[in-house]
Amino acid sequence: MGFFSQIVNGLGLGSIYALIALGYSMVYGIVQLINFAHGDIIMVGAYVVYVILVIMNLPIWLAVLGSIIFCGIAGVLIQRIAYQRLLNHDAPRISLLITAIGVSIFLQNLFQLLFGSDAKSMPKMFSFNSLKFGTLEITSSTTLNIVVSILMMAGLQLMVSKMKIGKAMRATSEDAGAAKLMGINPNTTIAFTFGVGSALASVGAILYCNTYPQIKPIMGGLLGLKAFVAAVLGGIGSIPGAMLGGYLLGVSESLTNAYISSSLTDAVVFGILIIVLIVKPTGLLGKNVREKV
Amino acid sequence: MKKRILAAVLSAVMLAASAFGCAQDGNKQPASGNTEAGDTIKIGGLAPLTGNVSVYGVATNNGIKMAVDEINKAGGVLEKQIEYIVYDEKGDPIEAVNAYNKLVQDDKIIALIGDVTSKPTIAVAQKAVKDRIPMITATGTTADITKAGDNVFRACFIDPYQGELMAEYAAKKLNAKTAAIIYDNGDDYSTGVADAFEKEAKEAGITITNKEAYQPGSVDFKSQLTKIKAGNPDVLMIPAYYSDVALIAAQAKDIGIKSKLLGADGWDGVLEKIDKSNLDAVKDCYFCSQYSPENKDEKLQNFLKQYTEKYKSEANMFAVLGYDALGMMAAAINKAGSVDSEKIIEALKNLEYKGLTGSTTFDENRNPVRDAVITTIADGKYKFVENFKK
Repeated sequence: MGFFSQIVNGLGLGSIYALIALGYSMVYGIVQLINFAHGDIIMVGAYVVYVILVIMNLPIWLAVLGSIIFCGIAGVLIQRIAYQRLLNHDAPRISLLITAIGVSIFLQNLFQLLFGSDAKSMPKMFSFNSLKFGTLEITSSTTLNIVVSILMMAGLQLMVSKMKIGKAMRATSEDAGAAKLMGINPNTTIAFTFGVGSALASVGAILYCNTYPQIKPIMGGLLGLKAFVAAVLGGIGSIPGAMLGGYLLGVSESLTNAYISSSLTDAVVFGILIIVLIVKPTGLLGKNVREKV
Repeated sequence: MKKRILAAVLSAVMLAASAFGCAQDGNKQPASGNTEAGDTIKIGGLAPLTGNVSVYGVATNNGIKMAVDEINKAGGVLEKQIEYIVYDEKGDPIEAVNAYNKLVQDDKIIALIGDVTSKPTIAVAQKAVKDRIPMITATGTTADITKAGDNVFRACFIDPYQGELMAEYAAKKLNAKTAAIIYDNGDDYSTGVADAFEKEAKEAGITITNKEAYQPGSVDFKSQLTKIKAGNPDVLMIPAYYSDVALIAAQAKDIGIKSKLLGADGWDGVLEKIDKSNLDAVKDCYFCSQYSPENKDEKLQNFLKQYTEKYKSEANMFAVLGYDALGMMAAAINKAGSVDSEKIIEALKNLEYKGLTGSTTFDENRNPVRDAVITTIADGKYKFVENFKK
């Protein structure tokens, strides 16, 4: 039973990676930018929850809603302020990348300035009884992580394939110039993508706080990096790919911790990435992509 | 261009030197009007008063200064006033050795209290052994420090001692038959305590069901805890610092581990890192520390009160140990009846000192032997359980 417990642990952790990976994947799909500030959006989301829930002492639904909306707006603002001019002037990719790193450093330092660099503790947020299947016990936080991440992916997939804005996103990602001729405003579409990606990161942040009740200004760094690996592993640009990558990463981390050695966790994770990229350079579900958003 | 850089460097050095001089003057005790050799007992101090670890240095130094003031008010040592000369070594071993040379050659100190953190203390101890300067480090926990020579003493517990102590406590007081350990693989303190705990626990007849490592900076401990849960140990030893402890305890509760939690002095501060709604995660815990503010000892309570009045902050373990380190040295000089180094070293070896941390003697490795304080957490507060000696 231990083995299945470890798989479930990995899925719980992987769900958080997956939600964050979705944001990387969407933004990459539409502007081919690795948005390194994405990891720090998680941190922003976590601190918004902290402010609303702990400092202002308001109810939890307000904290969740507030964090999602705040991050969505922050994502759009970052795109508008930091990236839009570069994109419109066809700046080289490397400028965008450096700007993204700059935004990331800015956010980390801003939050260190505002809240101090030490860790803040979070209260228990959602709690219900563990699910039991025989001897296998799934804790409330793990259940929540898995269910929410699947719902989010399904919702996102639906939006991209059925809704008008989703079609606009796909069109912009395929050919921004042609999309413009068809009456799609690429700037709005790109900003919307950033907003949705950041809102998803904030959902990830909420699940993170619920599972690991401690936040600090630099928490986004490694988390963002792992999620980025998940996105590449699954095939960057693909929504189910990001999810698959996230789960795979979480499970392999968990199994390595349990059966090999905790000091090899990162080695195994990145080893898997290297092997997958050698065998299938586009990632597990990355085709020569039409479904990229 | 080169000239300009040189000028900038030179002026920086000069500025630093003048700042250094000021700090030194400011720290000389006002009680000692006369600085001629022989009229005062000169005790040197080394502490990181600026830099990364200044939090520790400043607290330790404050504690030492309070002890000096108190002893001087009561008439001093050997009927002379103590002159405490402290230099800032910024947490750097090279600076520490330079400052040490200055203390010995220019200031002609007869004894040294310092250093504060382990690495500079080891560097200074190598020098002090050659000069035969009696030396007490208040807070350097690495076991090797006092192995340098028989003139090097320490006021704090060493890391392995805490592990042994908690193993003994688990066996004798908690009647544990099985134990598990989860520790930080990248931290000397954590691995040191974990190894000592494991060894001592086995000797005390406790079966170790699991010993699980994690990487520094980890937040997810569920894989390790799931394995530990399968072994269903009576106690779970977590020799880590408070931030990690808060996360591990919350996840252990989450996956349903019912074991009693054990820890060492790294637990001090865990309450600030764990939210009220998660407090039941640490309701059944026992950790050891060097002293407890809950202890009703009059001397300790007086010290804590005066410290807060004087420095406008709460005294911590470092301040308390700094106070005791100087107290030990002063007591040894009194006992020796002279300022001769060999006599002071001999006196320290046979010293029985009663200070804020309780009654202390030194063992053959010049490490302190005294009661540790076992603390638990109840109703959201630290609660003193008992004194315990291995």
